[in-house]
Amino acid sequence: MSAFIWLTVITALRILGRNRLRAGLTMLGIVIGVAAVIAMVGIGEGAKRAVQAQIATMGTNVIIVFPGFTSASGVRGSQGTAITLTVSDALDLKKRVPLLVDTGWSRRDVMQIVNGNRNWNSPVNGVSPSYLTIRDWSFSSGGPFTQTDLDSAARVALIGQTIVDNLFDPGEEPVGAIIRLKNVPFRVIGVLSPKGQSAQGSDQDDVIFIPFTTAERKVFGTSFIGSVGAMFASTDQAEDLPVAVEQMREVLRARHRLQGEQADDFTIKTQVDIGRVQEGTSQTLTIMLFSIASVSLLVGGIGIMNILLVSVTERTKEIGVRMAVGAKRRHIVMQFLIEAMTLSLLGGALGIVLGVVGAKLTTIVAGWPTVISSDVIVVAFLFSLAVGLFFGLYPANKAARLNPIDALRYE
Amino acid sequence: MNPLIECNDIWKIYRVGDMEVQALRGLSLTIEQGEFVAIMGSSGSGKSTLMNILGCLDQPTKGYYRLNGVEVENLRRDQLAEIRNQQIGFVFQSFNLIPRTSALENAQLPLFYRGLSLKEQRAKAAAALQRVGLSGREHHYPTQLSGGQQQRVAIARALVTAPSLLLADEPTGNLDTQSSREIMAILEGLNREGITVILVTHEVDVAAYAHREIVIKDGQVLTDRPTKTRTQTVGV
Repeated sequence: MSAFIWLTVITALRILGRNRLRAGLTMLGIVIGVAAVIAMVGIGEGAKRAVQAQIATMGTNVIIVFPGFTSASGVRGSQGTAITLTVSDALDLKKRVPLLVDTGWSRRDVMQIVNGNRNWNSPVNGVSPSYLTIRDWSFSSGGPFTQTDLDSAARVALIGQTIVDNLFDPGEEPVGAIIRLKNVPFRVIGVLSPKGQSAQGSDQDDVIFIPFTTAERKVFGTSFIGSVGAMFASTDQAEDLPVAVEQMREVLRARHRLQGEQADDFTIKTQVDIGRVQEGTSQTLTIMLFSIASVSLLVGGIGIMNILLVSVTERTKEIGVRMAVGAKRRHIVMQFLIEAMTLSLLGGALGIVLGVVGAKLTTIVAGWPTVISSDVIVVAFLFSLAVGLFFGLYPANKAARLNPIDALRYE
Repeated sequence: MNPLIECNDIWKIYRVGDMEVQALRGLSLTIEQGEFVAIMGSSGSGKSTLMNILGCLDQPTKGYYRLNGVEVENLRRDQLAEIRNQQIGFVFQSFNLIPRTSALENAQLPLFYRGLSLKEQRAKAAAALQRVGLSGREHHYPTQLSGGQQQRVAIARALVTAPSLLLADEPTGNLDTQSSREIMAILEGLNREGITVILVTHEVDVAAYAHREIVIKDGQVLTDRPTKTRTQTVGV
């Protein structure tokens, strides 16, 4: 039997080789289908990894609490407009929710930053030192400010790479320099390592951090001392996040004296929630990909079936001869199935090559990251095999059902 | 020993629309091992139907046909294919070689369905080609061979399985006189080696190679007699 299969494969290849143009055109559907899938999955996977990497720049197992909205005569302000969250909320949460490793807080405002004769507008964040560790900020030079700086409302600043690029000459050392915020001089004590774009596309390096106390007393002119723009916390394990969130909600509701039916005056989000939104996007993409792939594989399969039906008619006499000299039904079925699978597998292989090249080209030309996993290649290969098998069955059976006498007489 | 072929009262009835066509009408026939038989008859006589039945390509509607003692009429398609592969060699008027396939591979074809190793297939096919005088042309394609040579490839294909029965349906019908003689000489030689040869023809001088001549008419045996001694006819 193995000699039979081997010879049938060789025969199939020879027959296809004879009609190269026809075979090529027949395979085209599969080639395009598989290539599209490989390239698109590669691009999609690349995008997914990039988003995951961006989400990871937020820190590890981060929980963010935003204050609720204001409501004046039924007109609701945007989220975060209320001043319901305070520094003491954050400190209390740390005490009462043991799952939390630490809590931090921040308040931001966009303002002009001046260095000598240069200026730049950027979000200025007054933060607690713990914020920096929770959000995984590290330093390319200098270092963070401390609890002492917070307690004494020191005029020290940490600046992101984008700020360095815009306020300092190349080669000029920012650490130790004095910059001004609202005419208040600040000493730069650290430059933050670049994080790149956030998952939402904003520049995370266009940022400046100063101690929270300094910000509210000397820069922002806040009327409600102690109210924060956002609160941050983190847990050790990702699995602890849901429990920690629930406990935080209870503590905050108790602290804000919210009764049973009353809605939360804050919103808690975790890194996982933010990741889930992105995952949803990529899932939509994946579903679309699969529909495109199935349509083109279907069309490709129909092409194969069509050409095989032509082949069966063309070779009716040959089939008759084969039957006369002793080909059984299964021999004829096998012959045409192998031809179909040879076509679809060749098409699949070509499509894989084309898809990988296409993905690489996308990376080179458009600069999108692409990831080609071996799984996708294996699946594409199996899929083309299945297409050949499925769409070869009908023509193969048609051939095998021919009456040998009629087939021999066929002209 | 059983006769090679034993047909008893076989009928073949086709239905074409409302019409009933009786191609064979109670035909009985016995052919012994090693015979050389010519079957003659005008077109529509039923001789093609008889050949199809003898070749196990078709089955009788009524009556029985025993090949080598095996009743054929109740066998399934694949079993018939097996019998054709094991016991019968076919030679057709139009050669029926597989196009764009070498002489060797054409001759290999029946062995292809026997599951022999490739090496065995090649060796046997080469020997068969040698037997019909085509050594050195193993790798020629049918289009590169003359009609006589193509028919010899077909004979090689028929005898590569060492069949007990060789069925030749107008084997010289498409050939010139010279090639016809060569083909008949080969068939004659094969018969002398013990292979039973049944020949369908309407050419008297071709039929004369046979030892026995059966004339079919209206689906029945009209005459069945030995031919004149061949020595008289050879060289006509």
